[in-house]
Amino acid sequence: MADTAQAPAAQAVATVPVVEAAGITKRFGATVALRDAKIAIDPGESHALVGRNGAGKSTLVSVLTGIQQPDTGTLSFSGKPAPAFGDTDAWRSRVACVYQRSTVIGGLTVAENLFLNRQSEGGFRPIRWKALRARAEALLAEYGVDVSPTARIADLTVEQRQFVEIARALSFGARFIILDEPTAKLDARGIERLFTKLRGLQEQGVAFLFISHHLQEVYELCTRVTVYRDARHILTAPVEGLGHDALVEAMTGESSAADPVVAAAASRRRTVGSQPVLEVRGLTLPGVYTDLSLTVQAGEVVGLAGATASGNVQLGETVAGLHRPRAGRLAVRGRTVRLGDIPAALAAGIGFVPEDRHLQGLVPERSVAENATLTVTDQLGPFGTVLPSRTRDFARRMIEDLDIKTPDAATPVSALSGGNQQKVVVARALATEPELVVAIRPTNGVDIKSKEFLLGRFRRHAEQGRAALIVSDELDDLRTCDRVVTMFHGRIAAEYPAGWTDEQLVAAMEGIAGTEHPTQPRPTDPTDPTDATETEHEHDPKGPRHGGHH
Amino acid sequence: MAAITEPGLASEAAPAAASVPRRGLNLARYRDLSLVPVLLVLALIGFIVSPAFLTSANLLGVAQQSTELSLLVLGEALILVVGKMDLSLESTIGVAPVIAMWLVLPSHGGRFQGLGALPTWTAIPVCLLVGALIGAVNGFLILKLRLNGFIVTLGALTMLRGLQVAISQGQSIVEVPNSFLYLGETSWLGAPAAVWICLLLFAVGGAALAWLRHGRALYAIGGNAEAARTAGIRVDRITWTVLIIGSVLAAFAGVLYTGHYGSVSADQGSGWIFQVFAATVIGGVSLNGGKGTLFGALTGVLTLQLVVNVMTLAGVPPLWNQFLNGLIIIVALIISRYASGEKQE
Repeated sequence: MADTAQAPAAQAVATVPVVEAAGITKRFGATVALRDAKIAIDPGESHALVGRNGAGKSTLVSVLTGIQQPDTGTLSFSGKPAPAFGDTDAWRSRVACVYQRSTVIGGLTVAENLFLNRQSEGGFRPIRWKALRARAEALLAEYGVDVSPTARIADLTVEQRQFVEIARALSFGARFIILDEPTAKLDARGIERLFTKLRGLQEQGVAFLFISHHLQEVYELCTRVTVYRDARHILTAPVEGLGHDALVEAMTGESSAADPVVAAAASRRRTVGSQPVLEVRGLTLPGVYTDLSLTVQAGEVVGLAGATASGNVQLGETVAGLHRPRAGRLAVRGRTVRLGDIPAALAAGIGFVPEDRHLQGLVPERSVAENATLTVTDQLGPFGTVLPSRTRDFARRMIEDLDIKTPDAATPVSALSGGNQQKVVVARALATEPELVVAIRPTNGVDIKSKEFLLGRFRRHAEQGRAALIVSDELDDLRTCDRVVTMFHGRIAAEYPAGWTDEQLVAAMEGIAGTEHPTQPRPTDPTDPTDATETEHEHDPKGPRHGGHH
Repeated sequence: MAAITEPGLASEAAPAAASVPRRGLNLARYRDLSLVPVLLVLALIGFIVSPAFLTSANLLGVAQQSTELSLLVLGEALILVVGKMDLSLESTIGVAPVIAMWLVLPSHGGRFQGLGALPTWTAIPVCLLVGALIGAVNGFLILKLRLNGFIVTLGALTMLRGLQVAISQGQSIVEVPNSFLYLGETSWLGAPAAVWICLLLFAVGGAALAWLRHGRALYAIGGNAEAARTAGIRVDRITWTVLIIGSVLAAFAGVLYTGHYGSVSADQGSGWIFQVFAATVIGGVSLNGGKGTLFGALTGVLTLQLVVNVMTLAGVPPLWNQFLNGLIIIVALIISRYASGEKQE
């Protein structure tokens, strides 16, 4: 699929695009983040930018907002060349960006955040707080943001905070705003209100570049869409008339007709044991996922797919005891496991491969042996002692089992390659011989050979009458699963037996799982979620992870 | 200060904000005043235990004794608000006057051999300049070389103390320039000059934090440095300036202290940093930056000083002072933890 930019044939004749970039190339060392990329956005347009991870979206945002200088290419705003690099004020009057990460200051009031660093006319002129509040009130009213200027930002909802950020962006005079995954932290009603607001602003002539992983939102909000893939511009087209399949195809680069996925896993229908290895009933973690139920049988490798904010990672972490859900029940081999208790999860037979091996998985300066045996120190000697000889023996077995390429068991983990580091994390998870191994993005940043090996190792684990739950948004990880459950905005969206096509799965993860897919609807109906209700106020799924910092 | 106002009624579209109990919100906003009742209770106890408490001589004495500590607290509060830390203030209070005196005192005639390199009237400006230099070097190490501020200033604390001992040869210096003595001993309008100067500096600092853009920038930087940077605030420049101001204030505290006692001992200020942090934090300044006011910090100093004063008047043996000082810090932290409802990390 070549450059099929049939972009602004009709419109561009009449209007000058509010922003136009062409031939943008940006390298970081050896990697090319953008290659001859382009984009053009008309005034008052709401334009979507989509692409899978690593497609170059965030680099484009940095270039458009003047944070990074492209190596080559031209950039113009409303027909005039972009301001000089580093001239913050000039950039801000042309383009504003609402980042995923909040750029307001929680301890200060709304009014002060709106006019941060311009509270008074000059550095040595006193701030007139009353006037400032009045100005803030007027600004908020102008854009219909219903927030008190005296409220502290920390006391606002995510959605209100975004409105404040948008209002601040507009107050600099910018008529072009980039929204980087603005819906990631919002619930359905919040998204609806955000969209209403954005449509209202659009009528005032504000143009948007809307970046989202949720294609449904693109269809709902945007008039045109630009697709990037592998650092390149793939296409720009009106959303209307662009089918879901064509859009997903542009993102994944696979045509939907071809590619009958190697259904290696499909053949493996196994005898279902009497007791499922994992049974999850009605789990609810407020703001993350709601009323989730899931069963994993012995011998199964189950994929749990979902985009960034779908809650799949948090569900995996909940199973491993990292979060304590508000309600629900979790059982391993029929025995209920205490929720939000990592030692209990380990004791119940749940092994865990965390999402970020650097943050949660490894003690980098310690040896391979120590890292691999971190979960089983109670088996390494009598009376709580850890005998070096037994540690070494155990570690040697793990090194052999997982084919870890290391000079020695005593080598510090930090000296290994990424793939081998990840194998050490997996070794740690498997060291307890768990009934169920929960692996979150287990092949993240891992070379292709190690990737295949690790996925094969999970398969072998399952074949020993145990099970594996692979939480990932990587299609390669999910392909080896017996079945894949997809989540969207905290709920299970669909379930596919092995043999799904990439388009089906990507569509489901992006929240446009239509009825035309051969989905099996929600698996089992949840049992009464009230039976094991636990109330707990301390959990914070987005806060620092409290697991795995051993 | 001016930013602390009654929160408006949460709007209809603000379910989460509306669900925040208004009472808790208000208490959190008045966190900086949480020591005022403590001060009143202390005053009441003082009034009960001794008739000598409520005399102007006693109260002015407490105020005079608070001045040096309060200047360090003023500097540390500014530094903490901006999200940094400076342990070396307690050495600056000693080394800055010693270096100034070394440069201006004559090289013969006295017990202490100075260089006599500069005229005597320059003693105070040189002292402040030394403070500025210390702050600038700390800032360079922390902001340009990106070293860990805690360890850098810990190193500076030790190094500057050593420098002072080396210059003064471990002795107290008793020949003090007249300008130092004047500031330390004069009374204006019936109160020691040092007290007036401290009040003035706190008022100026507090006003700057409340009403000046550059002052508000400290809160922005301490709250979220990245957001402050994107708002166009020159984060490093302001942080550096604050570190310099902090050290200059410490040097000035050294002038007052030296002038008041008429000498510099080799361990002047030694161990003060614990009191400085204690006063600042119980006064409501967050160790994580972005929170607190100078008024709060001042109440922290007064609390610590009043406790000692009241205990002395009540006849508690001075040997218990250290224990009580530690106790009051912990009690004050517990009170403010529950008064504000916010976790302290």
